[in-house]
Amino acid sequence: MIEASTLTKRYGVTTAVNELTFTARSGRVTGFLGPNGAGKSTTMRLILGLDTPDSGTVHIDGVPYRRLKDPLRTVGAMLDATWRHPGRSGRAHLRWLAATNGIPDKRVEEVLALVGLTSVGDTRVLQYSLGMQQRLGIAAAMLGDPRVLLFDEPVNGLDPEGMVWIRQLLHSLAADGRTVFVSSHLLPEMAQTAQDLVVIGRGRLIYQGTMDEFVARTNEHGVRVRTPHVAELRAALTGQAEFTEDGGAFVVSGLDSDRIGQLAFDAGATLHELSPISGSLEQAYLDLTREAVEFPAAAMASPVSVASVSPVSSVSPVSSSEVAK
Amino acid sequence: MIEATGLTKRYGKTLAVNNLSFSVAAGQVTGFLGPNGAGKSTTMRMILGLDNPTGGQVTIGGKKYHDLKEPLRTVGALLDAKWVHPNRSARAHLQWMAKSNRIPAARVDEVLETVGLTSVAGKRAGGFSLGMSQRLGIAAALLGDPEVLLFDEPVNGLDPEGILWIRKFMHRLAEEGRTVFVSSHLLSEMALTASNLVVIGRGQLISQSSTEDFVSRAAENTVKVRSPQLAELRDALQRASAEVTGDDKALVVSGMDSDKIGEIAAANRIVLHELSPQTGSLEQAFMQITGDSVEYHTGLDAEAQHVLESAK
Amino acid sequence: MNLLAVERIKLFSTRSPWWCALITLALTIGFAAIIAGASPADQPINVSATQFGGSQFGIAVVMVLAALAVTTEYRFNTIRTTFQAVPHRSPALVAKAVVVALAALVIGEIAAFGALGLGMLMRPNDGLGLHTTQDWLNVAGMGPVFAISAVLAVALGILIRHSAGAIALLLIYYLAVEELVQLIPKIGHTIHEWLPFNVANKFLRGSAVGGGDGPPPSDAPLSPGWALAYFAGIAIVFLLVALGVAKKRDA
Repeated sequence: MIEASTLTKRYGVTTAVNELTFTARSGRVTGFLGPNGAGKSTTMRLILGLDTPDSGTVHIDGVPYRRLKDPLRTVGAMLDATWRHPGRSGRAHLRWLAATNGIPDKRVEEVLALVGLTSVGDTRVLQYSLGMQQRLGIAAAMLGDPRVLLFDEPVNGLDPEGMVWIRQLLHSLAADGRTVFVSSHLLPEMAQTAQDLVVIGRGRLIYQGTMDEFVARTNEHGVRVRTPHVAELRAALTGQAEFTEDGGAFVVSGLDSDRIGQLAFDAGATLHELSPISGSLEQAYLDLTREAVEFPAAAMASPVSVASVSPVSSVSPVSSSEVAK
Repeated sequence: MIEATGLTKRYGKTLAVNNLSFSVAAGQVTGFLGPNGAGKSTTMRMILGLDNPTGGQVTIGGKKYHDLKEPLRTVGALLDAKWVHPNRSARAHLQWMAKSNRIPAARVDEVLETVGLTSVAGKRAGGFSLGMSQRLGIAAALLGDPEVLLFDEPVNGLDPEGILWIRKFMHRLAEEGRTVFVSSHLLSEMALTASNLVVIGRGQLISQSSTEDFVSRAAENTVKVRSPQLAELRDALQRASAEVTGDDKALVVSGMDSDKIGEIAAANRIVLHELSPQTGSLEQAFMQITGDSVEYHTGLDAEAQHVLESAK
Repeated sequence: MNLLAVERIKLFSTRSPWWCALITLALTIGFAAIIAGASPADQPINVSATQFGGSQFGIAVVMVLAALAVTTEYRFNTIRTTFQAVPHRSPALVAKAVVVALAALVIGEIAAFGALGLGMLMRPNDGLGLHTTQDWLNVAGMGPVFAISAVLAVALGILIRHSAGAIALLLIYYLAVEELVQLIPKIGHTIHEWLPFNVANKFLRGSAVGGGDGPPPSDAPLSPGWALAYFAGIAIVFLLVALGVAKKRDA
């Protein structure tokens, strides 16, 4: 279990993390979401004791990271897959890491096999593809058979097969009762991976709870309806619901599908489709973080026409502080 | 439009691309999928004339890349966002590119504005985050206002807002009649972005079709049905020789489309509470189709092999 | 012309060329100052002595600059963007060689005249000045020699692609190999007579034995004019080979 309470971290005048309180439970995959610059990496570093908070605490199974004896046996983390010496082999990298925490070499072989890198264990990391570096990072995180695992963008560079593999791995780790804390920008992937969510924006908590509740908050509700008896259905629904046309179908909002089905039946309208539209994590996330994004999405709403190219809407500009790092 | 015919590339003993033929139409976003090591990057590089094919050819609007005069005005590409000198400013990077193809200097500021990098244009590109480098790469691709755009993993490093922006942006480019060819591993993203797919494995074409066809070819299409008269409906459907599974809350019907199920329900005076066609995911389809044959099952093994060979 | 502008933007939008240029100037002019300051007042120094730093070390640094101009493109993969923009490749690479050579020319002239000027300031009684054709060649010729050396380095950079490798090869060749060749019995001296930097030296200093403070004279048999042409010819041959290789190679 990871527990952060009123965690605050300032770098100069910018407050990267601001009174952040959240819990990542054991036995669950907790997704950690937020726009770029929201303070996710800082939070990860605070959890691992790499940075010191200005105030507040973060505990791992009740203990601050720096007080853990043999921390790799409690917490495994993969923050950046490229944090290692490129000239060393994957196996050598894991060996020295294992030695720091008195982990036997046998375990090195186990984790290499787990991530499928046994055959290239003696090859220098320099030669690894991004996906293989990612796998090595995961192997390193697994080394101490830890109860708590932190991953930052674990699917980066993995191909679809690798993505399915890591999703299953994370699920099985959580099923073992471990705490799995994963940060990612790939929301459709997170939607399939995480059961709980911690969402931050500008260093502050903006949501903590289950994935299902989060997605249910989206205003992207409605029911998609197709019928050969358009006029009858329209008449039956008028006054009770709003509907918009969507390429040969209607999207009805304001009534649930059970009710629409009954009304259609009463009106004698045959249904060809009656599908409740489920909100996406992406939509829910964008709704929630829109105001919390450092540079508000104003630029997105007002398209910037670019004379000789496409009148494409602009993304929100990058702040110079982002480069300063 | 991009057309590859019999495209082949051999590096030593390895056949990276093997007799690959496909075409990418204008006015659509075409996704380019395949496991790691399938030959996607090699193909992209051959399209851009960076690697010479061992056999076959690839043309853009009927011309080979080498025969394009001022090619950046015809083809814009983002292959790797890190292909920028780290000590050069974003603006200087775009300026030299613009100069090389007689693109007016004012265009540099336009594309910087489009991708939202104006405020950091004078900063060294080496200090950029991956997301910012990605935007710079997109700006570079747009520089010549090209008809054909190639992107390799464009959402890499972008946050959700950036990902959404890219998706809408690609749709816009395609709507303007441009040819947009995007390679990515993020299948859930590609399902939302691409209307056509070129799928390769081990350097060979596995499939070229619309995204819809690709998904429906692999995943079995079913319809989820809920009704207060579930038992009656089940009987009615089974009489019409549909295959019905499911529990006491909902039926899962296969072998019959939702229109037909709706008609049967109406004819039998059955109230429906839900009638949702279930489509498979692109990921399922991709795994099934590329994983079907061991021959195409490249992924990690092929990569490992490649690494071991190059380490020798 | 466009491609020259392209390469100009590229060259001057990063910092290393500026540093290399500064180091070249510092070495050339600095050595002139050291020699002018260290020689006893009763032993006049000559023009060749003021050019010692430039002809010995300035060239080396300029070649590093030139090699880096190419190898960093490979290192950071901007070469691919370049070839994407100019798929025929050779014009882009020639433009690079020209721009780098022009930069080297300018650096060479500033360095050479700066060194001479400083020498004249520090040793007003030595009669330093551009009195003879040889004096002129020795000073004003530094620019062309820098430029041609830069072209050689660009060609080597294209062939080798790795910064460390290209620079090591250039420096080892320049600083050691030409001299060591003389140790080969019988033919060593004959070969040495035709090695490019030795020939370039001939152009700069002729065969006249200098005042003792300058670098050793060249034993190349060519006249100064032909020496320059020979040196340039070698650079061009190298560049053509490099262009041919770059054109065929996968980027």
